[in-house]
Amino acid sequence: MHRTRTVAACVFLAPALAAIGAFFVGPVLAGLVLSLTDFDIYTIADSSNLRWVGLEQYQTLLRDPLFWQALQNTVTFVVVGGSLTILTALGAALAVWRAARTVQAFFRTVYFLPVVTTIVAAAVVWRAWYHPRVGLLNVALRWIGLPAIDWLGDPRWAMLAIVAFSVWKNFGFHMVIFLAALQSIPQRLYEAAAIDGATGWQQFRCVTLPMLRPALSFVVLITVIGSFQLFAEPYVMTQGGPANATLSLVLLMYRNGFQWWNVGYGAAVAWVLFALLVIATLTLRRLRARPGQ
Amino acid sequence: MWTLAVAVTLGAVIGCQSGEQHEPTLRIWAMGKEAEFLISRIHGIVLDGRRVEVQRIPWSAAHEKLLTAFVAGTLPDVIQMGSTWIPEFAAVGALHCTEVDEEVVQDIFPGAVAANLVDHRWCGTPWYVDTRVLFYRRDLLSRAGFSLPPRTWDDWRQAMRQIKQLGPQHYGLLLPLDDWHLLVALAFQAGADLLRDRDQYGNFQSPEFRRAFSFYVSLFHDGLAPFEGPGQVANVYQDFAAGLFTFYVTGPWNLGEFRRRLPAALQSEWATAVLPTPEVDSPSVSVMGGASLAITAASDKRAAARRLLQRLLSPDELVHLYHATGDLPARRSVWHRFSEHDPLRLAAFREQLEQARSTPKIPEWERIAGLLTRYTELVVRRQLAVDAALARLDEETDRVLAKRRWLLQRTPTRP
Repeated sequence: MHRTRTVAACVFLAPALAAIGAFFVGPVLAGLVLSLTDFDIYTIADSSNLRWVGLEQYQTLLRDPLFWQALQNTVTFVVVGGSLTILTALGAALAVWRAARTVQAFFRTVYFLPVVTTIVAAAVVWRAWYHPRVGLLNVALRWIGLPAIDWLGDPRWAMLAIVAFSVWKNFGFHMVIFLAALQSIPQRLYEAAAIDGATGWQQFRCVTLPMLRPALSFVVLITVIGSFQLFAEPYVMTQGGPANATLSLVLLMYRNGFQWWNVGYGAAVAWVLFALLVIATLTLRRLRARPGQ
Repeated sequence: MWTLAVAVTLGAVIGCQSGEQHEPTLRIWAMGKEAEFLISRIHGIVLDGRRVEVQRIPWSAAHEKLLTAFVAGTLPDVIQMGSTWIPEFAAVGALHCTEVDEEVVQDIFPGAVAANLVDHRWCGTPWYVDTRVLFYRRDLLSRAGFSLPPRTWDDWRQAMRQIKQLGPQHYGLLLPLDDWHLLVALAFQAGADLLRDRDQYGNFQSPEFRRAFSFYVSLFHDGLAPFEGPGQVANVYQDFAAGLFTFYVTGPWNLGEFRRRLPAALQSEWATAVLPTPEVDSPSVSVMGGASLAITAASDKRAAARRLLQRLLSPDELVHLYHATGDLPARRSVWHRFSEHDPLRLAAFREQLEQARSTPKIPEWERIAGLLTRYTELVVRRQLAVDAALARLDEETDRVLAKRRWLLQRTPTRP
């Protein structure tokens, strides 16, 4: 009995396991092997130019000021961009949820639109807004008497500009998840809370937030994972500049791996990113598991 | 319904196959406006019994696409190739290199010849050339008190200072921070060798390079050039027309753009000149650029490919190319046939091209150029001092060249 069950389970799991093996485990291990070599453009010419270098790529990585800058930029983006995206999404979800039924669908669509917009087209428009002399943002700044800011050209502001663009682009998706979770909260909980005399804020804190927990932890997890993989926004807006202020880890990997065919080094960057993501995910899981459960 | 769909699909498949069998193609990949030119001139013509097929790829992704196609074994027969990429693609064995034809070589600008020679073999044929010269506003310069374009670095700085006096909306020069060409041109003029010892080590701490670098950075620090990042240079033409800057160091593609985009009133007021030099009598050197046509090593239709090259590099086609795209032919003997179109401005290019030099011919150059822009930007933004930046530049360049040193040690004659 037990054995036939195990066999059946294996048979049913086999297709999924094969796909994971072929498209995840295999490439990840291949990446690990590549990161231990000095695979580069000379290797393409002649495979005898390949050297086994052990952990040298990782040592170079740790000494590379560009890597540290990319790491710092990426973490900044994860923390600032991630939390802003989640807060905006939550705020928008609450507002849409409370809105009259007639306008709900309209706002849900409007807030979701940026998610389905092509990032390149959106970036063209945003770059026009950010323009130091004729951009709308600076026209507004000058109008209220503040000095203009070179949003994408000043290293102090460029990451913030990318964050704003990315929040606008991504919050709609999370909003929809929050909205679905909000709509599944039973009305009777609020009725009971109201009978007990709970204020609006108390209802939010003691009913809405706890009921949103599963959705919230899911959104936090995919936001963190997504933000660590920041690439498209700086790639189309700034190419990592100015002064590498918007260089992300994935952009660094792309430059090394695909632009310069420095594949060994690029693979090392990829592995460091992978390790960071595993650590971040495990940490988030522990945080989620802890309180009261 | 189903049978119809199957029949149509089958018909299409058979149709494609038979089409390919009867008419083998000669494939050529090209970029940007040259691709448009080729599509209008040769796409679909039959040469040596082969139908020419032009495929357009974007400049911005061309380098990656070509390398990836080489690794995948899907390169076409002929490619348009940025002349600085030739050494790299020759090193990986992607190009079909031949003996040098002295007659062809004599007609071509020396810098372009050098860029296409790898190990004394001819790996691409220069198609058109470009280099950077000084574009300037004659009216603003004369308002600042100068009747002639600056000859030396000191004249140039003086002129820009005077121009700044004209008002707060006037800068001397537009200098995009992500473009290393002017810096390298100034270094060439100061007599610097960017790398040393058979291109195995960085040579950026040499007094010659230091001199050029200090001059370059001072243009920003003295407020003569505004900081401009890559995202901000979108409307050069409006800014140039508004007089925001008087000088702009750029290439031949902007001759046509300036003619088209600047207002009619300004058309007699903009001009070109060779780059200023450190001393009055030193030659004005700039960086050689442009593109070549190269036959790939994997092509099995080399005779047809050579015929195609012969045709595209014929004087008539080159004159067509100039009128269609503004590209300057690499063959000097063709110049008299189009230079009357814009004699004064083209004369500056002609003079500059004779003295243009190519950047170090090693596959790592793009990465070193990236380091160059990075450290220049750090110094311009005052995050690093000149000496510290040049020391770190050498250090990182040496690291980039480590593999090259190892290869040279192993096989001293190559690459």
